[in-house]
Amino acid sequence: MSVTTAPTGGISLQGNRLPRFAPYVVVVGAVALGALVTMLLGLSWVAAPVLAVIVVDIALPLWSRLVEGRRAAANRGVTCLVWTALGCTLVPLVWVLAEVVIKGAPGINAHLLTHDGTPYFDPKTLVTTAGGGAFHALVGTLMVTLCAVIISVPVGLMTAVYLVEYARGSWLARGVTLMVDVMTGIPSIVAGLFAVALFTLADPSLRMGIMGSVALSLLMIPTVVRSAEEMMRLVPNDLREAAYALGVPKWRTVLKVVLRTSLGGIITGVMLAVSRVIGETAPLLVAIGSIDETNWNPFSGRMETLPVFIMDNYTQGATTPDGYKWAWSGALLLIAIVMVLNLIARIIGKIFAPKTGR
Amino acid sequence: MSTIEPQTVPEGPPTPSDETPESQPVTGWGDRIFSSAAFGAGLLILLVLAAVFVFLAVQGAPGTHQAASVYGPYATNFWSYAGKLLFGTALAAVLAMLIAVPFALGLALFISHYAPRRLAVPVAYVIDLLAAVPSVVFGLWGGRALTHASLPVQHWLNQHLGWFPLFGGTPSSTGHTVFIAAVVLSIMVIPITTAIAREVFQQTPKLLEEAALGLGATRWEMIKYAVLPHSRSGVVAGAMLGLGRALGETMAVAMVLNGNPLVSIRILTTDSPATIASNIANEYKNEDPHMQSVLIATGLVLFVFTFLVNFAARTIVTRAERRLA
Amino acid sequence: MNLNHIRRAALPGIAAVALAASLAACGSSNSSSGGSSSLSGTVAAGGSTAQQTAQQAWYGAFKASNPNVKISYDAVGSGDGRAGFEKGTYSFVGSDSPMDPKADLPAATKQCGGDPIQIPVFISPIDVAFNLPGVKSLNLDANTIASIFAGKITKWNDPAIAKQNSGVKLPSTTITPVHRSDSSGTTDNFTDYLHQAAPSVWTNEHNSDWPLKGGEGQEGTSGVVGDVKDNPGTIAYIDDSGVEKQGLGVAKIKVGSTYVAPSAQGAANGLAASTLAKGGPSTVMTYQINRTTTDPSNYPVFMASNEIACQKYSSSATTDIVKSFLTYIISNQGQQVAAKNAYSAPLPSSVVSAEQKIIAKMG
Repeated sequence: MSVTTAPTGGISLQGNRLPRFAPYVVVVGAVALGALVTMLLGLSWVAAPVLAVIVVDIALPLWSRLVEGRRAAANRGVTCLVWTALGCTLVPLVWVLAEVVIKGAPGINAHLLTHDGTPYFDPKTLVTTAGGGAFHALVGTLMVTLCAVIISVPVGLMTAVYLVEYARGSWLARGVTLMVDVMTGIPSIVAGLFAVALFTLADPSLRMGIMGSVALSLLMIPTVVRSAEEMMRLVPNDLREAAYALGVPKWRTVLKVVLRTSLGGIITGVMLAVSRVIGETAPLLVAIGSIDETNWNPFSGRMETLPVFIMDNYTQGATTPDGYKWAWSGALLLIAIVMVLNLIARIIGKIFAPKTGR
Repeated sequence: MSTIEPQTVPEGPPTPSDETPESQPVTGWGDRIFSSAAFGAGLLILLVLAAVFVFLAVQGAPGTHQAASVYGPYATNFWSYAGKLLFGTALAAVLAMLIAVPFALGLALFISHYAPRRLAVPVAYVIDLLAAVPSVVFGLWGGRALTHASLPVQHWLNQHLGWFPLFGGTPSSTGHTVFIAAVVLSIMVIPITTAIAREVFQQTPKLLEEAALGLGATRWEMIKYAVLPHSRSGVVAGAMLGLGRALGETMAVAMVLNGNPLVSIRILTTDSPATIASNIANEYKNEDPHMQSVLIATGLVLFVFTFLVNFAARTIVTRAERRLA
Repeated sequence: MNLNHIRRAALPGIAAVALAASLAACGSSNSSSGGSSSLSGTVAAGGSTAQQTAQQAWYGAFKASNPNVKISYDAVGSGDGRAGFEKGTYSFVGSDSPMDPKADLPAATKQCGGDPIQIPVFISPIDVAFNLPGVKSLNLDANTIASIFAGKITKWNDPAIAKQNSGVKLPSTTITPVHRSDSSGTTDNFTDYLHQAAPSVWTNEHNSDWPLKGGEGQEGTSGVVGDVKDNPGTIAYIDDSGVEKQGLGVAKIKVGSTYVAPSAQGAANGLAASTLAKGGPSTVMTYQINRTTTDPSNYPVFMASNEIACQKYSSSATTDIVKSFLTYIISNQGQQVAAKNAYSAPLPSSVVSAEQKIIAKMG
């Protein structure tokens, strides 16, 4: 091992440092420069922040290189880039949310929420007008997601019970764990095609709500299994053993002790899984299709769902007077539903969170 | 969950003298039903995955040998059709990763090492928010807002960097190109890769980091020599999971890209290679009833492809975990 | 501990159910009561996407006088629609292309237990629309149109265009032809026109999928309209209904020695001037559309979409509903309804009377 010597020309305790306010100076200067150049050259306003960021990313490391040396310059350069990455990622998020709220909010009203898309016929003018509502889409999303939950929660929960309580490293357990991992990566469109392939063996034109539910449960099950498994593993073994010692049969122990203890976490997991699949479009597009009328029955006929409602109005937007407006309003509704579900999941998670005793 | 009080544990029925002396509980009919239900659920998962494969294969099989006109005009048989779509899928996904990975790493480093403590948690939450936005909303935004706004950028790239094959050719006048699809995909991939990279960065042993700093390393040198080597495999796995998402993403691509099954790397032109998933979504209302089986067959190709990518990612993660353990 | 927590966890669930219930209570389906028809029952139909708007309008109008009838129309595309008809999923279907005598007809005959019915009910002119600032109309002949869409004419001031449009200021910009990326009856009929009227330039047979590489593809009429509206220099073939009120330039097409603008009447005349295919059952009307007419009262680029049904169904209620619905569709009011809402051309009276005879055989 060689003896480490102090790096030559690098930072020493007495080395030159940029003043503490240096980054602020550079940022202010860059913003001013960006604005000035943009105005002088008559560029779009977007150019100003872009220029400012580029100037900061170049100027600060350069200044540092001149004053502090190579190593400190690299350090400052990376710091600049990390902040730039943050800024660049926030742009699309803010843009998407702002666009959805600004364009979607004007279309949200009682009519949208209580009417479906059934066209209204005026016998005097012979003109039919589109219904202009999203009620049928809300109903469809509710029913399809509900059915998906009914299918996937028992299967996912029992699988987790099997993995945690019964498997003990058997071949099936290893296989199931692997397959749950694989299922996490199934593209949603493949799940939709599977539902189509499964139900249309006899009749290629069959479409109904339950087909979408099957596709969605394929996407939900892995999330449910994972979160339930994780939560059940957190249950201390002492509790199980205490129950056994009292002579409680294993199934009642699992049901009344393990599942009950981990209930909060499991509900959180299910809610997060629901919020993930409720915005899925592709599987519903191929497996359910769309319809203008309200259909409560997932076992017969097409159903409209909110994501497909958005998609349909987007593709019909140029020839439907209010198409794009309805698409944006649908998007706002969908985001609101997803966010509320997420929020509820997090609140439940907080309430039930295991108290760590620290 | 330490709030369980002993008295809430349900009292089992008074049990007859046990034949199982240890902690093993009684086995009665209830147990047998319950354990077989659990076993059945586990088995069902295996069966379902097998069923996905079998049903896609059965319903897709006729799609592999249709008349040439079904695949036209860009291909004459199924394998060239699927091959070209696979190319488009890989192209869009790889471009998306090229854009997303640097940003994801930067973000992950920000949350794990750079952010002031008060900022790290909200930023992490906001990035998770990005992951919660449904893909159809990204598609709507991409198709109605981003595409049009990006036209000057696309034309600028074409004018000034047109010598580079990727940006060459006559630029599309509408902007519905692979370029914009890759941008939208990268935005959707960033939260996934960030989440995993952030986690592995945070798992770097504090001692290692402090040792580096103690030797006089700058923050970047500490990250370069302590954090990054420690988390390389985790970052690769995170990127691969993001890649899996990018390969299978449907709606956002279908809504912003006007693609066809063709091979071209000129990502700013109208000759845009379609991805498998977007092609399925766009062709699904096809007038030709033979198309359904063709699309199902391409879906199977996508399934196998993403399976391989995900499998590789999992293997890397497991190996890394074993090494760390 | 748990009961309390479960109660808290249950609250959102209860709220969701309550919300659903209240939504159900106030969700209305816009239906009006009244009417004095004895018909009642549910009929499933599906098929052509081009007919979707017209089908919605016909159903809305039909329901006004037959409140107990429910007809669902799935716009799955003509091909899947015919497949569904042959499997019995749909009682009747809309189809942009007629049944194939070899593939479709035997299966349909078997499903119906007798000769099926096929009647054209929906005529839509197809416009060649473009976006050139300042230019609202252009004269184009079939060869020029075919060359533009085949990518052989690439500039707006090409001599071939300029020659036919003296006095029009044509820019030197690039022409971007836009086509449908999904398969459609519009593409099928437009390529049929190109092949019939400009066989030397357009060598491909008619096809519901766009047969050439290159050009800009857009999904659906709406996608094409949006693209053309947003981008100067584009040209596309679009259902007349989509061009309505969009402010796009529309080409006049050379028929004989004059240039004819698209019109409902011109398309209807075009169908009346076409001949019926010989052979096959008398209830199956298959038009061979003549696109090379020289009569300037005809507009040769149009689509005639069909309705396919059985003469008799196992349930007499279904037979009655389908019969009276088809009767309504081809009635004067039915055609007016389609014209108002889907901008279609009313059927020529000679065609209507032939179709009435076929429908009369039902039951």
